[in-house]
Amino acid sequence: MSASSLTHSEVREIPLSERGPAPRNVVVSFGFWLFLLSDIVIFAALFAAFAVLSHETAGGPSGDDLFDRSRVLLETAILLASSFTCGLMSLAVEQRKLIPAASWGAVTFLLGATFVGMELSEFHGMIESGAGPDRSAFLSAFFTLVGTHGLHVSAGLFWLLVMFAQVLTLGFRPMVLRRLRCFSLFWHALDIVWIGVFTIVYLGAH
Amino acid sequence: MLGKLSWAAIPFDQPIPMIASLMVILTMLAVLLLVTWKGWWPYLWSEWITSVDHKRIGVMYILLALVMLVRGFTDAIMMRSQLALAAGGAQGYLPPEHYNQIFSAHGTIMIFFVAMTFMVGLMNFVVPLQLGIRDVAFPVLNSVSFWLTAAGVLLVNMSLVIGEFARTGWLVYPPLSELAYSPGVGVDYYLWALQISGAGTLLSGINLTTTILKLRAPGMGYMRMPIFCWTALASNLLIVAAFPILTATFAMLLLDRYLGFHFFTNEAGGNAMMYINLIWAWGHPEVYILILPAFGVFSEVIATFSGKSLFGYRSMVIATMAICVLSFMVWLHHFFTMGAGADINGFFGIMTMIIAVPTGVKVFNWLFTLYGGRLRFDAPVYWALGFMVTFVVGGMTGVLLAIPPADFVLHNSLFLVAHFHNVIIGGVLFGAFAGYTFWFPKAFGFKLDERIGKAIFWCWFIGFYLAFMPLYVLGLMGATRRMQHYDVAGWQPLMLVALVGAIVILTGIVLTGVQLVVSIRTRDQRRDLTGDPWDGRTLEWSTPSPPPAWNYAVLPSVDGLDAYWEAKKSPKSRLQNDPEPETISVPRNSPIGFVLAFFAVMAGFALIWHIWWMAIAGLIGALMTILAHAWRVSDEVEYIVESEASRAAI
Amino acid sequence: MAESIETTEDQEAGAPRVAGGSWQGYLIGLVFAIILTLASFWVAGTDMIWGPGVPILLAVLAIAQMGVHLVFFLHISSAPDSLNNILALAFGVFVVALVVFGSMIIMANLNANMMSMPELMNMQR
Repeated sequence: MSASSLTHSEVREIPLSERGPAPRNVVVSFGFWLFLLSDIVIFAALFAAFAVLSHETAGGPSGDDLFDRSRVLLETAILLASSFTCGLMSLAVEQRKLIPAASWGAVTFLLGATFVGMELSEFHGMIESGAGPDRSAFLSAFFTLVGTHGLHVSAGLFWLLVMFAQVLTLGFRPMVLRRLRCFSLFWHALDIVWIGVFTIVYLGAH
Repeated sequence: MLGKLSWAAIPFDQPIPMIASLMVILTMLAVLLLVTWKGWWPYLWSEWITSVDHKRIGVMYILLALVMLVRGFTDAIMMRSQLALAAGGAQGYLPPEHYNQIFSAHGTIMIFFVAMTFMVGLMNFVVPLQLGIRDVAFPVLNSVSFWLTAAGVLLVNMSLVIGEFARTGWLVYPPLSELAYSPGVGVDYYLWALQISGAGTLLSGINLTTTILKLRAPGMGYMRMPIFCWTALASNLLIVAAFPILTATFAMLLLDRYLGFHFFTNEAGGNAMMYINLIWAWGHPEVYILILPAFGVFSEVIATFSGKSLFGYRSMVIATMAICVLSFMVWLHHFFTMGAGADINGFFGIMTMIIAVPTGVKVFNWLFTLYGGRLRFDAPVYWALGFMVTFVVGGMTGVLLAIPPADFVLHNSLFLVAHFHNVIIGGVLFGAFAGYTFWFPKAFGFKLDERIGKAIFWCWFIGFYLAFMPLYVLGLMGATRRMQHYDVAGWQPLMLVALVGAIVILTGIVLTGVQLVVSIRTRDQRRDLTGDPWDGRTLEWSTPSPPPAWNYAVLPSVDGLDAYWEAKKSPKSRLQNDPEPETISVPRNSPIGFVLAFFAVMAGFALIWHIWWMAIAGLIGALMTILAHAWRVSDEVEYIVESEASRAAI
Repeated sequence: MAESIETTEDQEAGAPRVAGGSWQGYLIGLVFAIILTLASFWVAGTDMIWGPGVPILLAVLAIAQMGVHLVFFLHISSAPDSLNNILALAFGVFVVALVVFGSMIIMANLNANMMSMPELMNMQR
C-alpha cells in the first residue's frame, strides 16, 4: 500500500481523505458508530410515538399516577455509575491489564443488571396494578420506549459476558480489542438515550 | 404444537394461487434436481452461497431481483387483465379478496425485492471496484445482508402457498391492518418478511457507507470519487437514517397485533395517523434510496458513451447531497388529504417543489454532457436517453401532485399510480437495466447481445407509455386505484390499451431471459479480453473482466477524476507505482449468512403462525451461529494466495 | 483490505495506543453528568421556576448532558480524523429532530383538524 510506504513527514502533507484505506480499527469503529446512529433513529421513532400518544390515557392512569421519581433518580445514578466503570474498564483494556479490566467489567455488569432488575420490578408492579401496555396508548408507548432501552441494556449485558469469555479464551488480540471498543461505545450511547428517557418520559410527565 | 397452522392454510379451493404455487414449486424442484444431477452443489456452495466476495454477492442480489421481477410482473399483468375485463357489470376472473392480495404483493415485491435489491446489488458490485479497493468494509456482514434479504423473499413467496398475503395495500395502513380487521396471517407475513430483509438492508447500508467514507484507493479524495460512488453514498446514508424508522414502525404494529398494544388501534387512544406519519417518514427517503443510484448509473453511462467527463461534477455532487437531505423534509405530501391544515400542507408542498430543483440540475448536467460529445449508441445509452425523456414527464406530474389543491383532486386515483410508475419504471428500472447492461461484461467477461438489448429497451419504453399514459387519463376521468372492477364502460378502451402496454413489457421481460441465454451460448464471440469494453473512465475498467477475487493486486493510486481515462490518455499518468506483491490475503468464505438466514426464516415462519417453540429455537439457533462466528480467529478469517500463480490460473 | 488488516494489527499489538482518554476525563464527565442530572430532577420537582419555563430548561439540561456524554465518554472531538463521525452524527441528529418534532407538529395539526377515531366510529354506527 503506497500510503504506508511514505515517510512520516510526507504523510502530513497529504490530506486525510487521500491517504488510502483507513486502518482496520478506524473502519470498525466508524461502522459501529453508524450502527449506533441507526439505533438512535429507532429510538427517535419511539420517542415520537411517546410524545404524540402520552396524553392518550383512555381513562387509565397517567404518568403522574404511576411514576416514582426517586426510583428513576436511583436508576439514573446506577446507569451513570456503570458508564463511569465502563470507561475505567476501557482504560484498563487499552493498557492490557486483565485483572483491573475484569474487575471494572464485573462492576459494570452488576450495575447494569441492577438497573434492568429495577426496571423489571417497575414494569411488574405496573402490570400487576392493571396499568399494563394494553391498557392505553400512553402505556403502550411507555412500555415500548422504556422497554426497548431496557432490552438494549440487557443485550449489552449479554455482550459483556461474551466479551469476558472472549478475553479469557482469545486474550487481548486486536479483534477482541475492537469489539471491546465497540461495546463501550454501545454502553455509553445507551446512557445518552436514557437522558432522553428520563427527561421526556419521567420528568416531562404531567 | 403448530400454532395457527393447519391444512386449511393451503388454499386448495382457489385455482389461481394453487396453479401459480404449483408452477413455482415445480420450477424450484426442477432447478434443485438439475443442480443435484449435474453435481453443482459443491461449486454453488463454495463459490456462491458462502462467498463473501462483493462481486459475487452483487451478482446474487441482481439475480434475486430479476427472479422477483418476474413474480411481481405476474401480479401486474393479472391486475391489468382483470381491469381490462371487469367493466360494467362484469366481475373479471379475480375475486376482490384475491385482487387485494395481488396489488399488495405487487407493490411490496416491486419496491423491496426488485428495485431495492437490484440497486443494492449494483452498488455492491460496482462501488469497491470504482473506489479501487479489494472488498467492502465488512465482507462477511455483506453476505449476511444478502441472505437476510433472500430470507425475506422466501417468506413472501411462502405466503403464496401457505396461508395468504396482506390485503391491505403495500404499506399495510392501520386500522385495516390491525388484528380486528385483518385477523389472518397475511399482514404478519408482510411484517416479518420486511423486518428480516429490512435488517439486511440496514446492515448493507452501514457496510457501504463505511466502505465509501473510510476505504478508498490512495489519492482518491472525496472530489475524486466517481459520481456513482457519491450517489451510492447518499443512498446508503438514507438507508442508515431511514430504515430504522421502518423497523420501529413495523415493531409497533407487531406489538399491536401480537400483544394487544394500542399504538394504532381505534380503541384506547391509539392513533392510526401516527403510523401513516411514521411510515412515510421512512417512505419518502426510500424513494430517493432507489432513484439516487440510478442517477449515478446514468451519469456514468452518459459520460462514458459521450467520451467526455461529466459536465458539472461538483454541482452533481452538491445536487445529490441536497436531495439526500431534502428527501427527509417532504414526507407529508403522501397524506395531504388526511387532515393537515393549509399551513402544514403548504409547507410540505413547497418543500416538494424545491426538491425538483436539484433533480433539474442533474437533468441539465446530463444534457450538457451529451452536448458536443461523440455519442456512441450502445444499449446502455438507449436506457439513459429513454430515462431522460420519461423521467422528466414523471417529475412534472410529481410537481403537479405536490400542489395540495391538485392533490385533493388526484390523490388515490390512477393518475397517482401512473405518476409513481412513471418515475420508478422510467427512473429506477431503466437505471437498473442500464447498469445491468453496462457492467455485465465486467462481471462475466463477455458482453450481452446488443440487438436483443435494444429490443428489450424498446419493449419497456413503448410498453411503459402504452401501459401508463392511459392511466393518467383514466385518473383524470376519476378512476381510483385498487379497484377490482368498475361501472363506467367508457373506461374500458383505455384499460385495454394499458393491457397491451403490459403485454409489450412482458415481451421485454421474456427477451431479457432470451438475451441471457443467447449471450451465454455465444460468449466465445463476445469475450471482453481488454477489461475495458466501453472505453470506460473509472477504475473498474482497469481490471480484467471478470476481476480477480481481490480486484487489485496493488491498489491504484489516483490523482484526479476519471482516473483510468486520464491514465489511458496521458503516458505520464500511471495507476500503479508499487510492484506487485507476491502474496495477497483474501477474506475466507463463510456460511454464516446462509445459516443465519435459515434460522431467520424458521423464526419468521414460526412467529407468523404462532408456533412459539419453533420461534425460540430459530432465535437461539441464530444467536449460536453468531457466537460461533465470533470465535473465528484471524487465520480462519483470511487466506493467502500467491498473486502470480493465481493470475496465470485465470 | 486484507493487507491493511495485517499491518495495522501488528501496529496495534506492538504499540498500544490509548484511544479513549484518561480516568480524569471520565471523572470530569461523571461529575458534570451528576450535576446536570440532579439539576434536571430539581427543575422538574421545584415550584421556584416559572411553569412554562420548565420544559425548556429540562431540554437545555438534557442536551447539555448529552453533549457531556459525547465529549467525555464517547470521545467525540474536532480532530480531522473524526470529521466523518461528526458529520454522521450531525446527520443523525438532524433526522432524529425531524422525526420527533415533525411528527409532533404534524400530529398536533391533524388532531386539531380531524375528529378523533372513537367519534368517527360512533358517527358511522
